[in-house]
Amino acid sequence: MIIKRMLDFPNYGWRSAFDELERMRQDMDRLFGQVAGRAYWPTHAGVFPLVNVTEDKDHFYIRGEIPGMKSQEINISATGRNLTISGERKIASEGGNVRYHRREREDGKFSRVIALPSDIQVGKIEANYVDGILSIKIPKAEEAKPKQIIIK
Amino acid sequence: MAETKELQAKGKVDAPVPAEQTKPGPVFTPNVDIFETEKEIIMLADIPGVKAKDLTIDLRDDTLTLSGEVKPIDRPEEEDVLIEYQVGSYYRQFTMAEVIDQSKIDAALNNGVLRLTLPKAEKALPRQIIVKAG
Repeated sequence: MIIKRMLDFPNYGWRSAFDELERMRQDMDRLFGQVAGRAYWPTHAGVFPLVNVTEDKDHFYIRGEIPGMKSQEINISATGRNLTISGERKIASEGGNVRYHRREREDGKFSRVIALPSDIQVGKIEANYVDGILSIKIPKAEEAKPKQIIIK
Repeated sequence: MAETKELQAKGKVDAPVPAEQTKPGPVFTPNVDIFETEKEIIMLADIPGVKAKDLTIDLRDDTLTLSGEVKPIDRPEEEDVLIEYQVGSYYRQFTMAEVIDQSKIDAALNNGVLRLTLPKAEKALPRQIIVKAG
């Protein structure tokens, strides 16, 4: 009798019991995420370099940490709304007579495409590389800039 | 010819800081390479964003402390679109097994990479011991 009522009720029964567990698990994850201060921390795209993109009225700004490069070794190209950052980080060999204690720094090729949310002026992109940080300033297309509308 | 591997994106690792920070903001553990030659110990550390004046290298007894301060970019008019990494300072400590000649330590910071050369003190240099036949 009781079982039948449980199965009839849309929120109970076997299958939804597992749904409930799943929902609880998600709640717990969220709770622990908040405790760790990561609640507002979106996961990254998993492609090197990690970037921070910001915008103001007229520009987008892309910043990425790529230590140990030379500015001429970083290639930046733009097509449409997409910006590509590519290059190869090289770690020079220290010769055969050295003994390593730790080796944590990594080298290798990278290539990343960043799709910007609105049209950009491809010809007016500025980039600089200081202290291992690449900063790119991208002007928004005229149509993409916010317009103040005056109420008559 | 070996194919070049792809560089993997990795999040930063929080540094275990011994004392409570007086300045706000996250602190990360920089990635380092440490190797030694006969005469010196060399450390390379990735510390993007640190300027030479904000880098402190301290060798006290046998503890080497590396700390680089990074100030967050203060651009109030900018709004976040996509944030994948946090900007923060760097901190790491090492216990040196060798005696270092303090007067000859050399540090060079280039494009976010620190190269620290720690020459071994004379007495720490390997010495051939000749066993005399009696």
